[in-house]
Amino acid sequence: MKYLCLVYGDEAKMAEMNDAECMSCVGGLIDSGHFIAGEALQPVETATTLRIRNGKVSYTDGPFAETKEQLAGFYLLEARDLNEALDKAAKIPPARIGSIEVRPIRELQPD
Amino acid sequence: MTTALLNQQIEDVYRKESRRVLATLLRLLGDFQLAEEALQDAFTVALKQWPSDGVPANPRAWLVSTGRFKAIDGLRRQSRFVHGVDELADQLEADTPDFVAFADDDIEDDRLRLIFTCCHPALAEDSRVALTLREVCGLTTEEIASAFLSRPSTIAQRIVRAKAKIRDANIPYQIPSAAELPERINAVLQVLYLMYNEGYSASSGENVTRADLSAEAIRLAELVLDLNSDSTADTEIAGLLALMLLQESRRAARSDAQGELVLMADQDRRLWNRDFIEKGLALVRRALGDGRYGPYSIQAAIAAIHAESSSPDTTDWHEIVGLYEVLLRVNANPVIALNRAVAVGMRDGAAAGARAVDEIYDSGVLADYHLLHAARADFQRQLGLHQAALTAYETAIGYAQQLPEIRFLEKRIAEMRAKLAR
Repeated sequence: MKYLCLVYGDEAKMAEMNDAECMSCVGGLIDSGHFIAGEALQPVETATTLRIRNGKVSYTDGPFAETKEQLAGFYLLEARDLNEALDKAAKIPPARIGSIEVRPIRELQPD
Repeated sequence: MTTALLNQQIEDVYRKESRRVLATLLRLLGDFQLAEEALQDAFTVALKQWPSDGVPANPRAWLVSTGRFKAIDGLRRQSRFVHGVDELADQLEADTPDFVAFADDDIEDDRLRLIFTCCHPALAEDSRVALTLREVCGLTTEEIASAFLSRPSTIAQRIVRAKAKIRDANIPYQIPSAAELPERINAVLQVLYLMYNEGYSASSGENVTRADLSAEAIRLAELVLDLNSDSTADTEIAGLLALMLLQESRRAARSDAQGELVLMADQDRRLWNRDFIEKGLALVRRALGDGRYGPYSIQAAIAAIHAESSSPDTTDWHEIVGLYEVLLRVNANPVIALNRAVAVGMRDGAAAGARAVDEIYDSGVLADYHLLHAARADFQRQLGLHQAALTAYETAIGYAQQLPEIRFLEKRIAEMRAKLAR
């Protein structure tokens, strides 16, 4: 069985966390053979949410904010820039009925 | 050369070239903050060197080259403290462009890149306008704030946020591909039209118009059209440019010698700029000719009918009402509905106009839009309903923010009071 662990929290408090501690947690999970993939995210200000309705893509500056809809899955994509990421994200089928929040990955800083 | 004269010359170069230099530096350095610092550094060096060495033959190339050098130099100095900066400096240095060979086309491409980046759909709409005015047109945050009735700190915050998103989400600094173009062009046109309107009828303040802002919007639209003239997106660009040129043609007639507002019906049409009208009409024909026209082309077609009419009486109001109805089907917007109602009044008389405007008034939309109340008042005035007109003019003036409009409404209010006193 595979499990997705989603990390939630107050961004101001998150920013005070030590990246080195997170990296050593990842190291431990790699050693024990449990780790598949994981990344930290840039703050919500960098988010773009896209939807497709009637075949037309619309974009919103900001994170997904609809409380009636639930997280249903995730795609981790490699893209050249935000344009390519948005273009590929628009091909994800649930974009037509739900929303896809596109947020850049943040590199952990060990020192 | 005297210092004063030289300073004036440097100021001229700054006004003419600083946004172009910034656009190119942004492409070369890939970062807003770095490019802006480089631009300031380049002008600081110019202020020191040009008085003794003279103004270089190609100031733009000189400024780009100096700014880029300063940026690399700055990164090198930082590299002792910040990890990874040295590699960035190496990379920038390895890619040495030939500044003297910089063709004007390359520069204009850089400006277009900057426009598309500032108008990116992943940025909030109000941020796009603020960012374009700041970065592409070089307006200060104070000027933008006064144009949009906002606080400079709010505008500054919007701009800072937008730039942070461009950097952190990696919004590319490039001209969109053919597939992305139609949608991306739309976002650009929206920004240009907002910019134009702000310059044509500034939403507040002393002057009826701010010609510089409008001229800038027209210039950018010409540039965008030039660079996309073979794409499928060119129809609406041509439509918007035509619309702006046809509105612009009336600028000199829109206010009298005292700076007071003159309504279109009362304008001296000999003051309309024939050059702009000819250019505008040719673009309208081009936009309507290819069958892909949208809201801007339709509005331009309406403006074209006015431009071709010698007086309000000889204007084809049937055609204008029809075009507003087409426009309403594309874009059900209450301001367009109000324009249609006014055109109905011109076609069928004041009573019909009053009924059409009242329909909008009764629906409760545009309740705080001064022109809705002014249009109601005007039809009531024409119908001799002076008390109702007075009340509506007074409501209108409460929502008006532009001084010439306020003075115009004051004049009407005084007229209505005089009629009632008799």
